[in-house]
Amino acid sequence: MSTDTTISQRPTPPSYEVPKAIRYGALTVGFLVLVIFPLVFNNPTISTIGVFAMIFLMAVTGWNIFSGYTGYIALGHAVFFGIGQYATAMLASYWQIPPGWETFLLIPVSMFLAGLAAIPIGLIVLRVRKHTFIVLTIALMFIFQLFAYNLRGWTGGSQGLEVSQPPWDGSIFNLPYYYVGLFLAIIAIVTSFMIRRSKFGLSLLAIRDDEDRARSLGINTRNSKLTAFVISAIFLGAAGCMYAMFVGSVYPQFSFDPAFDLELSIMAFAGGLGTILGPSLGALIISGAQQYFLITFGGANVFLIVYGALFILILRLLPGGVVPAISDKWRSHVVRKEQRILDSELEGPAEAGAHK
Amino acid sequence: MTLLGVEGIVKNYGGIQALRNCTMNFQEGAINGLIGPNGSGKTTLFNVMTGYETPDSGKVTFRGKDITNSTPDEVFAAGIGRTFQLTRIFPRLTVIENVHIAAQRKGLVAQMRQWSQPDERARALESLDFVGLTKLSREPAGSLSYGQQKLLEFAFIMVAEPKVMLLDEPAGGVNPTLLKHLGGRIKELNKTGVTFIIVEHDMEFVMGICDQVSVMHQGSALLEGKPEIVRNDPAVLEAYLGTDMTEVN
Amino acid sequence: MLVLQAIIEGVLVGGFYALMAAGLTLVFGVMDIVNFAIGALIVLGAYLSYSITTHFHIDPFVSLIFTTPLMTALGMFIYVFLIKPIKTNKVVMSLLTMFAVATLIEGILDICYNSGFVQIHASYINNSLRIGKLNFPLIYVLSFLLSAFLLSCLYLVTYRTKFGRSLRASMQNPVAARLVGIDTDRVSMITLGIGIGLAAIGGMIFGTTNAFNASSSYDIISRLLVIVILGGFGSVGGALVAAIFMLVIQDVVAVVWSPVWGSTAFYMILMLVLLVRPQGLFGKKGVRAQ
Repeated sequence: MSTDTTISQRPTPPSYEVPKAIRYGALTVGFLVLVIFPLVFNNPTISTIGVFAMIFLMAVTGWNIFSGYTGYIALGHAVFFGIGQYATAMLASYWQIPPGWETFLLIPVSMFLAGLAAIPIGLIVLRVRKHTFIVLTIALMFIFQLFAYNLRGWTGGSQGLEVSQPPWDGSIFNLPYYYVGLFLAIIAIVTSFMIRRSKFGLSLLAIRDDEDRARSLGINTRNSKLTAFVISAIFLGAAGCMYAMFVGSVYPQFSFDPAFDLELSIMAFAGGLGTILGPSLGALIISGAQQYFLITFGGANVFLIVYGALFILILRLLPGGVVPAISDKWRSHVVRKEQRILDSELEGPAEAGAHK
Repeated sequence: MTLLGVEGIVKNYGGIQALRNCTMNFQEGAINGLIGPNGSGKTTLFNVMTGYETPDSGKVTFRGKDITNSTPDEVFAAGIGRTFQLTRIFPRLTVIENVHIAAQRKGLVAQMRQWSQPDERARALESLDFVGLTKLSREPAGSLSYGQQKLLEFAFIMVAEPKVMLLDEPAGGVNPTLLKHLGGRIKELNKTGVTFIIVEHDMEFVMGICDQVSVMHQGSALLEGKPEIVRNDPAVLEAYLGTDMTEVN
Repeated sequence: MLVLQAIIEGVLVGGFYALMAAGLTLVFGVMDIVNFAIGALIVLGAYLSYSITTHFHIDPFVSLIFTTPLMTALGMFIYVFLIKPIKTNKVVMSLLTMFAVATLIEGILDICYNSGFVQIHASYINNSLRIGKLNFPLIYVLSFLLSAFLLSCLYLVTYRTKFGRSLRASMQNPVAARLVGIDTDRVSMITLGIGIGLAAIGGMIFGTTNAFNASSSYDIISRLLVIVILGGFGSVGGALVAAIFMLVIQDVVAVVWSPVWGSTAFYMILMLVLLVRPQGLFGKKGVRAQ
């Protein structure tokens, strides 16, 4: 019994996390940079890069809520991205929404539809695990692509659909998209943060580590996975809607694009899969680089090569991602400091004895 | 009073009969030992009792209620906790997070609240204290030693305050000092009213700690009784040695 | 009559998919890798054969003498430099690596050959075989025979040779295989070599029977994935049955309904099957406890 009391009286162990002041400081700086970015760089070419970065920011954050936390790598989230796009294009013409601010009202509708579609899809794909899951999600994306090609009456087939764009002046055209995108991205990040802190989020991480064990501890794994799947689909629906509005057209091969999921996973892996801010960091850096390449080299093929090579490099050199690498560094820093304190205590045993 | 009972359980894998008409009752408030030679169906019985396997026929009852077809999460929520022969913890989460996982919450709203609620936190720290892992609470669980992982598994099941704990070979691979510690914890918890069912090959450990020992042989119950009686029963010896002899031949 | 023709054509084309799916399943079984790059590699094989036949005027079947060893070497190279170094989370990491390899190949092919559609040519490419009232393109028949021949070779290698025994041992239990002295690294390297070498042959077949460009890989990979899921991961027999079954269904739907819905039918069947049997038609159910 005596051992227990000494154990409980021990001071709580030091935190290995990077201190709050540093974390929140960096976050505030990052936020401010994002807010003033399009005002400083008001060149439309640069702010276009910014809009795409915001779209990817919300998409990858959404993707990470499911794939990062549960460890189920979904490579078919383009399905929800595409649903968001087609919903926007189809509803804009069906409801005859005039181009302008009103189109933004389609964002919640797209989010709802993507989330709704995620329920039956999730019920099917979440019955399997590991490779079969990954492969099934890819197959599912091809199914949706085929539907987009074949249901010509609704989707226009390979001709695609147009989303007419508002008659705004070129110099400010990007701004509404950028700020709405930033707003949605922040909602996604805050959601991701809340989930990571919640009991629900902890259950998702438990599923990632050992799903059967999690189940034997009373976690309803099926419902947890499905909930995360639907939440993540909702943000991809929002991203799809933004993308369709901004680009002005949707095509089967670009809406349901296997490369899109590769992009998402590269961003998440580069930044740190399953961390809250890692994927965001990856999204900002990689989507920025992507748009830059696209503008500089024009062709999509160069870009495929760059992506492939970059991804192989990241997987080889930084399999954990940037953010975990930083926190590992910090952790070993704390451990070293602790060791020094411990050593000095050992040198002066009289002092240590005086505490008891 | 019988807390957890199985009645006429049959379970076949292909041509192998893992459990044949197995009937057993575990008394409330006791530390029950479950012994038997390798392949006598102990782990299969655990799997059947905790919802991991559905028996081909027979019934599992907990407090008189039929739980035969419940899923593992339902069984756990009902108050039956279990450890595995090969320890299963969540290696990439920290020790304290591991302990929080088993804390039960009902409803979506409660699920969305922070995982480290003060009341759960107190309980989690208490159970970590109980097994002596508090100072490691912020380490990733995967970095603990094998014996410490066993203690951690024990701690996180305790958090859910189960009525019964099923331990599958808790002594396997644990050093004698740690084992003594674990034995002490089991006895202490038992005093607070937790029933134990322990599968174990370490006879000294079983005989030292259990109030009641059941022996399994070839998929069914051979006999049941106080440790000292079981220890001296010739049928038990034969079950252990007899099968060995036939295997040799 | 049209339906009968469609069924037989489905079987003929199914042979090609069966061969490719067998390679995919074999690689999966030994290494736990879903070779997502197989589509791009098949297209690479097709382009290699295309270049050789157009520049040197060699028969496409003869071009295999050059392309197959080349692609086998590429497979071993990929294993040694990209797959072997992966230490943690192998399943996901290797799949993503292969995905990246696929993208890389697609980008390179797109630059080298532009994105126009081409087809491998041979003098007999438009000939056909008449049986009664039915008419079959000769090239379909030839490619089916080649696929069937290679599949039987594959069978003999896995079940009748010493290497095959090591291979099956590594599939069933890699740890135990290593303990009894099987060099599982070597087995994996050779298996990926074979799997990708087969893509050279598959590429030639694909290139003579279809017009293709760099992004045709998605068409191939999506079907192959459906076939291996339907057949059950790791089951070669399942892949064979699923391949033929799927292609027959697709061709029949194309004839009786409309060609556009042919491949959609293919996917719908997959969804229906998975609703009933998540592990595929011939897959084994995962063990739940421990």
